[in-house]
Amino acid sequence: MNSDLTTMILSAIADVAPELEPELADLDHDVDFWTELQLDSMDHLAVMTRLSEQTGVDIAERDYPRLTTVASIRDFLAAGGA
Amino acid sequence: MPETDATTFDYAMPSLGADMDDGRVLEWHVAPGDTVHRGDLVALVETEKSDIDIEIWHDGIVDEFLVDVGDLVAVGTPIVRLRTLDGEPPPSGTPAPVAEPGAGPDEVEDVVSTVTRAASADAWRPPAATSGGRVPASPLARRRAAELGLDLGELHGSGPGGAVVDADVIAASTRAAVTAPSPATTSPRRSADTMRTMIAERMATANREIPHYHLTRDLDLGSLDAWLTERNAERPIAERILPAACFVRAVAVAAARHPELNGFWSDGRFEPADAVNVAMAISLRRGGLVTPKIERADERSVDEVMSALRELVAAARSGSLRASWMTGATITVTHLGDTGADLVHGVISPPQVALVGFGRTRSMPWVLGDDIVVRPVVTSSLAADHRATDGAIGSRFLATIADLLDQPEQL
Repeated sequence: MNSDLTTMILSAIADVAPELEPELADLDHDVDFWTELQLDSMDHLAVMTRLSEQTGVDIAERDYPRLTTVASIRDFLAAGGA
Repeated sequence: MPETDATTFDYAMPSLGADMDDGRVLEWHVAPGDTVHRGDLVALVETEKSDIDIEIWHDGIVDEFLVDVGDLVAVGTPIVRLRTLDGEPPPSGTPAPVAEPGAGPDEVEDVVSTVTRAASADAWRPPAATSGGRVPASPLARRRAAELGLDLGELHGSGPGGAVVDADVIAASTRAAVTAPSPATTSPRRSADTMRTMIAERMATANREIPHYHLTRDLDLGSLDAWLTERNAERPIAERILPAACFVRAVAVAAARHPELNGFWSDGRFEPADAVNVAMAISLRRGGLVTPKIERADERSVDEVMSALRELVAAARSGSLRASWMTGATITVTHLGDTGADLVHGVISPPQVALVGFGRTRSMPWVLGDDIVVRPVVTSSLAADHRATDGAIGSRFLATIADLLDQPEQL
C-alpha cells in the first residue's frame, strides 16, 4: 500500500515535471522536495490535483504546509487525509 | 507554386522560426474530404528544433496533399490544397492573426519567450511574395530582415499594398525567438544552445532599440490572501486559484484601462492593440523560457484565467504548446514565484511596449493606519517603452493593479 502510494507520488511528480524524472530515483523521501526540485506553485497545485483525483482524498490548502516530503504525503494519503 | 483556381487555395509549409529553412511532415491530422476550420491542426511538422503542430488559418475542405509524409520541404512550399466552403473566394492575404501588424509576439526575456510560429505562420503568402518579383518592403524592413537573416518573401506585409514594414520583421523575428517550445526531454533535436542564441538576439535587440523606463510598487497582498484562502477552502482542488492568476487578471484589466501600454511600437509610432492578450513567461527547467498568451484576459473571469494558466503551464512543461498560443500577445507578465527574487527589472519583448513583473511574495513590516503590521508583500514592477509612454502613465497603471489586488472582489 505504502509502496504503491510512493510510486503514485513519484509518478505524479514525473508527469508534472517530466524533465525531473531521472532525479526521482535518488530522491530522499524525507526532504522537502518542492524546494529540492525547485517546483513552483503551479507545479505544486498540479501534483496535488493529480494525487487528490487518483486517491479520492481531499487535500485542503491548510494541509499544504505539512505535505512537503514524499513520506509525509504518503502517510497523509494512506490515512485518508488525516 | 501550383495553379489554383477560384475556389481552391494552397496551405504552405509555414516558417516556424527565423532559422527554419524547411520542415518535414510527420503526420497528417486531417484527410482529404475533411472540412477544416480556422485554428484546426492540420499536421505535425518536424523542424530542426522540435515537432510542432501547425494550424490552418482559413476554413476549407481538404482537397489533396501536395507532399507525402516524410517529405522534407522548404518553407513556403504548398503542402495541402483546399477548396473553399460554399464557393467563397479563396483567402488572399495572410489571415493569421499573428501576422497582423499589431499582432505582436510574445517573448520576453528576462523573460524571453518563445515562439513557435513564424512570421507567416500560416502559409498564405501575399500575392507580392509569390509573384517572383522583388518583395515590396520598406528600406528599414529590408535592412533589418537582412541583419536577422529573414527572407522578406516569407513575411506577411502589413504596409501599403502588402509591403513588408519594420514591425512585420520585428514580429517575425520575435516569433522566431525561441522557436521550439517543447522541452528538450521530449525533443532531443532542440538544443539548449539554440534557445540561448535566440534569447540572446531578442534581448540584445530589445535593449538596443527600446529606451526602457522602470517603475516599482510594493503591494500589500493581505486582502488577496484572505480572499483566496476563503474562496479556495470551499472548492475542490481542481478549481482552486493561485495568486498568479489574479496577477494576470489584474494586469489585463489595468491594460484595458490604460491602453497606452497595451499594443506595439511599430515604424516610429505606437499602435494600440484591439484586445488584451497577456503573455505569461514560463521558465523551462532545462533553461530558457516560453511566453504563451492568454487571449483576451481582460474579458475573462479569474477562474477562466486560472484554468488557461494551468493549461499553458502543463503544455509548456510537456512540450505540447500550440503554435497559436505563441504569438499575438500585447503585453507580458513575468512572475518570479515564491522561490524567486524580490524584484524584476524586465526587458520588454518587442514590439510590445510593456512588461509587468511580480517578485516573490514575502512577509514584511507594513504600515497600516498608525500601526506597523506584518503583511504578505509583493513588489510589482513595470518595464515600459519610453517612446510610447511616460512615467506618469506607468505609475497610474501600477496604481490600478494595486487597487485591483487590494480589492480582489473587483477581479
